[in-house]
Amino acid sequence: MNKQRLLIISAGGVLGLLAVILVLMGNPANMGFCIACFLRDISGGLGLHRAVPVQYIRPEIIGLVLGAFIASQATKEFRAIGGSSSFTRFTLGFFAMMGMLVFLGCPVRAVLRLAGGDLNAGVGLVGLVAGVAVGVWFLKSGFSLGRAVPQQKSNGYLFTAFMTVLLFLLLAKPAFLFFSEKGPGSMHAPVWIALAAGLAVGVMAQRSRLCMVGGIRDFIILGDGHLLYGFMTIFIVALVGNLAVGAFHVGFAGQPVAHTDGLWNFMGMALAGWASVLLGGCPLRQLVAAAEGNTDCAVTIMGLMAGAAISHNFGLAASGDGVPLAGQVAVIFGMLVVFAIGMINLPVVVKGGVSFGKGS
Amino acid sequence: MEREVDARGLLCPEPVLLAKQALDSMNGGTVKVLVSNAAARENVSRLAENKGWRIEISNQGEDILLILTK
Repeated sequence: MNKQRLLIISAGGVLGLLAVILVLMGNPANMGFCIACFLRDISGGLGLHRAVPVQYIRPEIIGLVLGAFIASQATKEFRAIGGSSSFTRFTLGFFAMMGMLVFLGCPVRAVLRLAGGDLNAGVGLVGLVAGVAVGVWFLKSGFSLGRAVPQQKSNGYLFTAFMTVLLFLLLAKPAFLFFSEKGPGSMHAPVWIALAAGLAVGVMAQRSRLCMVGGIRDFIILGDGHLLYGFMTIFIVALVGNLAVGAFHVGFAGQPVAHTDGLWNFMGMALAGWASVLLGGCPLRQLVAAAEGNTDCAVTIMGLMAGAAISHNFGLAASGDGVPLAGQVAVIFGMLVVFAIGMINLPVVVKGGVSFGKGS
Repeated sequence: MEREVDARGLLCPEPVLLAKQALDSMNGGTVKVLVSNAAARENVSRLAENKGWRIEISNQGEDILLILTK
């Protein structure tokens, strides 16, 4: 087995195992790791939305970014770059989050939910594959958000600095922050354990380029299953872990932080997959790339957080009771916007006698 | 036959798609691919390896040059 394959399998193994442990230590069930849920909680913790049950500054996210940052420094892979359609990326992130909050999880949590026996996540994953497949059509047709160019180094450090500030806020717990007293936001592993778990996953994800959306994409385009090994390992390790600790309950009904509306589980994840593939990767990968100095990916994270804030402030996000009508409308609207962005950024080969190169 | 692919500043999968286009259009020869991040370097290497091309990697300042030959 070559080094890259070993890395991606190890990364999946570490994430899968830590996810089971974090739930044992206090995280909500099947939510040992969830980039979408945790960014949503951070949005709430900062008061950007006022959904009382989902407000917390999640140390897993902070640790993940710090871990990826340290790894990119150690390997000299850190590059401050940006300028590739930043606001378009913000918009794609914004709607990807709406889709994920209608499903109730990012691609990582979808796999973890399935490993906990939640079959609704299977429906969501089928939607994710469908969304990625649609996005792949755009990529194959020449879709591009253009090149990023080198920037001043300080630009690349800002995102990690922001996460460091969040860590200090979490430790100091000033009164202007919001911390849930009940609901998923109140359920969390001890700060230092969650932070250490995030650090480990951040280092491994940076070294292995772990990405679920990228895995499905590469498999469709190239028949290359490399990145999928990571997520298969997450599934297997989390499944075995859940069985070992008695956290595996198979079925559709009564699953933790989930609903049974199959159509909208599918549609929500389809929107998330479609938008993510145009962005170049799922939220986990965006966090890692932002830590590596990619300011476009940092802007994408801000888009995800803004999407979470709007979703909860305007009652678009799903809950255990199902998906509100407004959330369904938001997903359809999001798909229209992503479609429009896809069409607009297809290459114009010849226009008025001037040819435009791809990505320039 | 020689071709050059400039994939600097592009996020995956674009560098791989551009490299694939170049490789698919040639039976043999040399393809020079310029990328600017390590993920792109690994992905293009994996593609070339699977298609039976030899790979030589060197750093060019902040960028990475892959010379693929068959």
